[in-house]
Formats: sequence, C-alpha cells, structure tokens
Amino acid sequence: MSELGMFFGLLGAATAVLLAGAGSALGVGIAGRAAAGVVTEDPSKFAQVLLLQLLPGTQGIYGLLVGFITLSKIGLLGGGDVSISLSTGLMIFAACLPIAVVGLISGKSQGQCSAASIGIVAKRPESFGQAMLFPAMVETYAILALLISILAVSNIPV
Amino acid sequence: MAVVEMQKIGICALKENRKAILEKLQKLGIMQMEEDSIDDDELMKMDTAESRITWDKHAELCDQAASILDKYLPEDKGLLGSLEGKERLSEGSLREIIEKRHPCNKIARRILRYEKAVSECNANILKDENLIESLVPWMALDIPLSFEGTGKTSAFIGTMPGALTEEMIAERLREKAPELSALELKVLYTSSDSVNVFVLCMKEDAEAVETALRSLGFARPPQLALGRPEKVAEDAKKDIEKQKTEIGCLVDKIKENAGSRRDFHILGDYYRTRAEKYRLLGMIPQSKNVFFLTGWVPKAAAEPLKELMEKDYGAVFSLEEKAEDETEPTVLKNNPFSAVYEPIVSSYGLPQHGKVDPTTIMSFFYMFFFGMMLSDAGYGLVMVIGTALVLKKYPGMGQGIKKMLSMFFWCGISTTFWGFMYGGFFGDVIDVVAKTFFGYTGATPILKPIWFNPLDAPMQLLIYCMLFGLIHLFFGLGIKGYQYLKEGDAAGFVSDILAWYALLIGLILILLPTDLFGNIAQMTFVFPPAVNMLARILAAAGCAVILLMSGRANKNWGLRIALGAYDIYGITSWLSDVLSYSRLLALGLATGVIAQVINTMAAMVAEGTGFLGPILFILIFLVGSVLNLAINLLGAYVHTNRLQYVEFFGKFYDAGGEPFVPFETKTKYVEMK
Repeated sequence: MSELGMFFGLLGAATAVLLAGAGSALGVGIAGRAAAGVVTEDPSKFAQVLLLQLLPGTQGIYGLLVGFITLSKIGLLGGGDVSISLSTGLMIFAACLPIAVVGLISGKSQGQCSAASIGIVAKRPESFGQAMLFPAMVETYAILALLISILAVSNIPV
Repeated sequence: MAVVEMQKIGICALKENRKAILEKLQKLGIMQMEEDSIDDDELMKMDTAESRITWDKHAELCDQAASILDKYLPEDKGLLGSLEGKERLSEGSLREIIEKRHPCNKIARRILRYEKAVSECNANILKDENLIESLVPWMALDIPLSFEGTGKTSAFIGTMPGALTEEMIAERLREKAPELSALELKVLYTSSDSVNVFVLCMKEDAEAVETALRSLGFARPPQLALGRPEKVAEDAKKDIEKQKTEIGCLVDKIKENAGSRRDFHILGDYYRTRAEKYRLLGMIPQSKNVFFLTGWVPKAAAEPLKELMEKDYGAVFSLEEKAEDETEPTVLKNNPFSAVYEPIVSSYGLPQHGKVDPTTIMSFFYMFFFGMMLSDAGYGLVMVIGTALVLKKYPGMGQGIKKMLSMFFWCGISTTFWGFMYGGFFGDVIDVVAKTFFGYTGATPILKPIWFNPLDAPMQLLIYCMLFGLIHLFFGLGIKGYQYLKEGDAAGFVSDILAWYALLIGLILILLPTDLFGNIAQMTFVFPPAVNMLARILAAAGCAVILLMSGRANKNWGLRIALGAYDIYGITSWLSDVLSYSRLLALGLATGVIAQVINTMAAMVAEGTGFLGPILFILIFLVGSVLNLAINLLGAYVHTNRLQYVEFFGKFYDAGGEPFVPFETKTKYVEMK
C-alpha cells in the first residue's frame, strides 16, 4: 500500500511542476511573440519588453517550489526513509492541486496580459511602471494558490 | 518630504536683453514657461519655426554623422560604459568647438555623402549577385543568350515546364511537328519543375518549330544580359570586387574622421539647445521694444531670480497669482534616502499641490517589504556590493539610473538583513558545502536564523506578514486622516478615518481570542473581559458611525443609510488587501527554496567526481544563483511596487499632479557648465 501512497505524492509533485510550468511556458510564449514584434520596430525597448515577457514565468517557479517541497516531504530528496500511506499520498496530491491548476490558468492569462502591456510600452515607453502592474495583478492569484499549496504540503503529517 | 511650493512669476524686459535673459534662464533651468494667450494688439509672437527647424536639422546632421562613425568604429566603452554619463564641458572649450562648427558641419555632410555612396555600392552588389544567380541555369550555354541563329539556322533559347530529358522533348516535338528534319536540341539545365533548352533548326522550319515548342510551354527568358552567360557572370563578379574595394575606400575615408565624433556630439547638443531656445522664443509675446515671460519657479528660487533679473537686466519682475483653473507643476523634495524612491511615486503619478507627498513614508516600507521578498543575505550582499561599486566608479551617471541603483543599494541592505533573520545565505549553501566537501556531520543549519526559518513555521510568518500589511495600511489611512485635518474637515476625519480605525481594531480584537484564529496561527490570546468588551464597543461604534455618516453628502436619509451600508461592505476590500501581503511570505519562501534546489543539484552532481567536484559545484551554483537572483529581483521589485500602488496608495493617494518641465539645456552627450 505504501508504494501507492508514494505514487500519489509523486503525482502531486509532478502535477504541480507540470501544469504550472506549462502555464508559464504558454504565458511567456504569448508575451514573447508580442515582445519580438516590438523589438523589430524599436530594438532600444529590448530590456523593458524582456522584463514584461518574464513576468508570467513565475508560475513555473512556484510549481517547481511546491514540487521540491513535496519531493523532500515524501523522502525522494535527501534520502530520508519515509513511508507514505495511501491516504497521506492522496492528501499530498490534493495539496499540490491549487498551484498546479491556478498556475496553468494564471500563467496563460498573465501572458496575454503581459502581451497587452508590451503594447503599452511600444506606444508609451514612459508608462512602463504602470504597464508592469497589470500582469502583476494576475499573479496575485498564483501567489495565493502557492501559499495554500505550501501550507498544506508542509503541514500534512507524515 | 513634500511637494515643493511653486510661484507663478512674470518677467517683462527690454528686447535688447532678450538673448541674454533667455540664455541665463536656460542655463539655470528653474522656470517652466507657460504659453500666454495674447489679448493685446500691441503684442505679437515671432514666427521662429523656420530657425528652429534649421537648428533641429543641424542637430540631426551631427547625430547622423556620429552614428555612422559609431557603426564603423564602435566606441569601446565596456559593459557599463553607458553609465559614465555626460562629459562636463567648460564654457571655453565649448566656445572653441562652436567656433569650428562650419568645418565640422562640412565634415558631417561629407560623412553622410560617403555613407550614401556606400549604400549605393551595396545596392550594386546586390544587383550583381541577383544577376549571377539568375544566370546559373544558362551557364552551359557558350553563346550569348540573345543569339537568334545564323544565316541559315534559327535558334530558340528558353525554358520549358516539367523535368524533361532531351529524348522526351525530341519525341514530343516529333509528335507535334512530324515533318521536321534536322533539329539540334540540348538541355542546358534541369531543375525540379522546368528545363532550360537550346534548340537549333533550319530557318525554313523555324515557324513550325516555334509553334511546336510553344505548345509544349516554351518561353524565352526575360532579357538578362546580352553577352555569353559565363562572361556576363564573370563581369558581374568583377564588378562586385570593384564595389567592395570602393566600399573599403569609402569606409576608410569615413574612419579618417573619427576624431570629429566628440565635436559632433557637442555640436549636436549645442544645436539642440539653440532649437529649444527658438521654440520658446516663438511662444513669448513681444511688443516693439519689450517682451514678456510667464511661468512657474520653485518659491524659494523666486526671490534670487527677481534680484538677478532686476539688477543685471533691468527687467520688471512680478509675482503673480495662480488663476482659478491653473494647476501648478509638481516637484518633489525629499531627504536623500527617500529621494531615490521618487521615480516609483512618479511612475504611479505625481501628487497634486496641497496633498501629501507619500515618498518618505513609502520609502521605509518599500525597503522593508523588498527585503522580505528577496530575503537572502547572499543575494543582498551581491546587490549592495554591486550597486556600490558601480555608483562609486561612475559618479557622472544620469540622475535616473543613479536613483535606481541607490534604491537597489538600500533594498540590498534590507535584503541582507532579512536574509540573516531567516537564516538564508545563498539558500543553504554553507550547510551544503560543509557536508559535501568537508564531511561535516554536525547540526544544521550552521548559520542559525536570528528570527526563524520561514519553512519551519510558515503559518506564523503569514500572520506576521499580515500584521506588517495592516500597519502599512493603517499608515495609509492615517495619511488620509492627516489630509482631512489639514483641510479642516473634522466630520470627514471622524467618520472616514477614526470610525474605520475603531471598526477594524475592534474586529481584530474580537478575532484574536477565538478558536478559529488560534487554530490557524497556533497562538492563543486571552484577553481580560474588559478588553473583550472594549473590542465589541469599538467595532459597534465604528460600524454605527460609518453607517450613519458615510453618505453625509446626501440629504435623503434612506439613501444615506444605504450608502453607509455599502461602505461597511468595504470591509471585504480590507480583508483582501491584508491577504495580499501574504506575497511577502510566498516570495520570501520562493527565493530560499529555489536557492536550496540549486545547491542540492550542484551537490548531487559534484559528489563522487573527485577533484572535478568543486569546479562543477561552483559552475552550477553560479549559473543557478544568477538566474534565481534575476527572477526573484524582478519579482520582488514588481510586487513591492504593487503593494505600494494598489494596497497603500489605494487608501489615500490620488495622483494627478503635472510634472515640472523647466526650460533648460536639453543635451544628450555633454553637460555645459
């Protein structure tokens, strides 16, 4: 039975990294296309649009974070001999879901938002500070999900 | 910590002093000019558009020449060379350069001419290359493409669709025109979908052959060149060589003028300054003998300016009243520590006059929160040392970048502080190195956190984050209260500020001793009954005042109560604002945990690789740390801004001030003393 528990724990870590990473990849990709368009017109805006492109990249990192905490929790990292019961494994899996799902969706939305903000910078470079704020609004929800995932994973008794 | 008080002034002076006064004002750069509408027949404005455009064109010329020089002879400034800032130029050496501006302009024009010739050569090369490419299928032809036949024969040179062989073409021709006798047919080139052919026939057969060929889709080539393909291609190649040498000569000639680059920069700036002066000159009303200037100066600068104008130029200087519909421009003045945060405030929007400048209070919170989010002593030290070195090495850098670097310097100090509080130094690199390379088996962590490690007690830290957030928000509300008091709005102060403080503090005091809070925070509060009672009274009183007073602008009591009730609903926005500070915890954890991931990976790779181990470790550690620092620096910057803009400013701040744009020397490369 303990192997199944381990499997679900691992599934949780994998889901967090997988979905949140995919969300970031989508988001950074969407923003990157817009950024490339701006740079063809005005190479001097490279640094500004690159920063905006990077903003949706954090979801992937949050996913990695939860994945890492989960891996060390279930003893795959650090070599601790931990046995995970099926119910614990399922709990860990559930704890990983917030950042996985919200990471995927918010990563993509934040990418779209970043692309729009890159449009602002293309026309009004002086509004860079404001442009950066719109994607940051989307990220709030990824942060909230991250928080719950971290709290849940680290508080599940093993 | 304030918005600088501004004074509207008017200057009236004789036209003979116009040049001197304008140049003086431009040099001082303390006055923002206002465009006055003229309502007097005596006054008129000069049309200076033409002179301004001339100066602008000159500036453009110099800039172009300089950028051409940059293209062929890039200035080696190093990675951070752009931070060196503008060269400071004394009046004497400036005049020297201005004096030789005519030869300089000539050189600039010459450079532009050379550059134009270079691009013509490049165009020729492109043309030649295209020609060579289009001739490739005809290379097997050893007669000119325009060859039409001899006295007794007719030749057809052209292309046919389909990848056909000689036999296939001959067979098809025989089908189409069986009466043909002698026919010479040669396929010169076969591509995937067409062939280039040469067909020779007797002159009397020419018509039949042509008809047959045409029915097979034969087409003569476009007129490429008259000569033999091989020869034409060779000529084109020679021409390319020639053009390349020509370009080399031209570039050398351009490079000869490298010494003028500095002159171009300085003259460009000089011309820009002149253009700016003419732009102003076109704005000011003038009569036959006098001219008028109106505009804004900082109040403190008004008196000295008055003295200067009256004494040196015999001008009439008047302090003017601000008109009803005018807004004075905003300049911020803060202590040196807080001043570096001014760009953060101005990118949200400058404060209006008569309102509070939030920069000073914000600067402390900014530094505090930034440090909490990045929270790693190693990264903090990298920031502090890096920015300090750059700031020291390039004292002449632009104001904007200087402020930004100083801001990161202070935020780096805060980051270091929080790093030690949380026990993070490049994550857990000390422990990992000690275990991996020195066989350390003792207790970890070696670097003990001063406060506690957030990973051990995330809930506890979350509560602290919300507490810090609450303090931040209460400060915001307090500033709004201060503004109410300054405006003498006591009712507003009581019902919009005090009532909220009472309600919120009451609610928090009610919440703290509950089991719900105790379970979440793992902290128990036991208050004496008096405090519990007080909490209930505070909350109820606050609630009642908000309910009754929020809509006080309305006469209709029904509407007033409804508005009050809606305002109480605003408690949810307080809840979400406070929760928003949980990002302090989340981002702080992110930096630390990712740093640990990097260290663990580096240690896993390094283990058991012998002497290569440390090298691999350092390599992975460096690359990973740089990436982690970069992404988290960005995150901390963005989210600290957000906490200030959305949560803090949302409580009290309306931007809407107009930036102060003084009439000054606008230069790109040099600063004129």
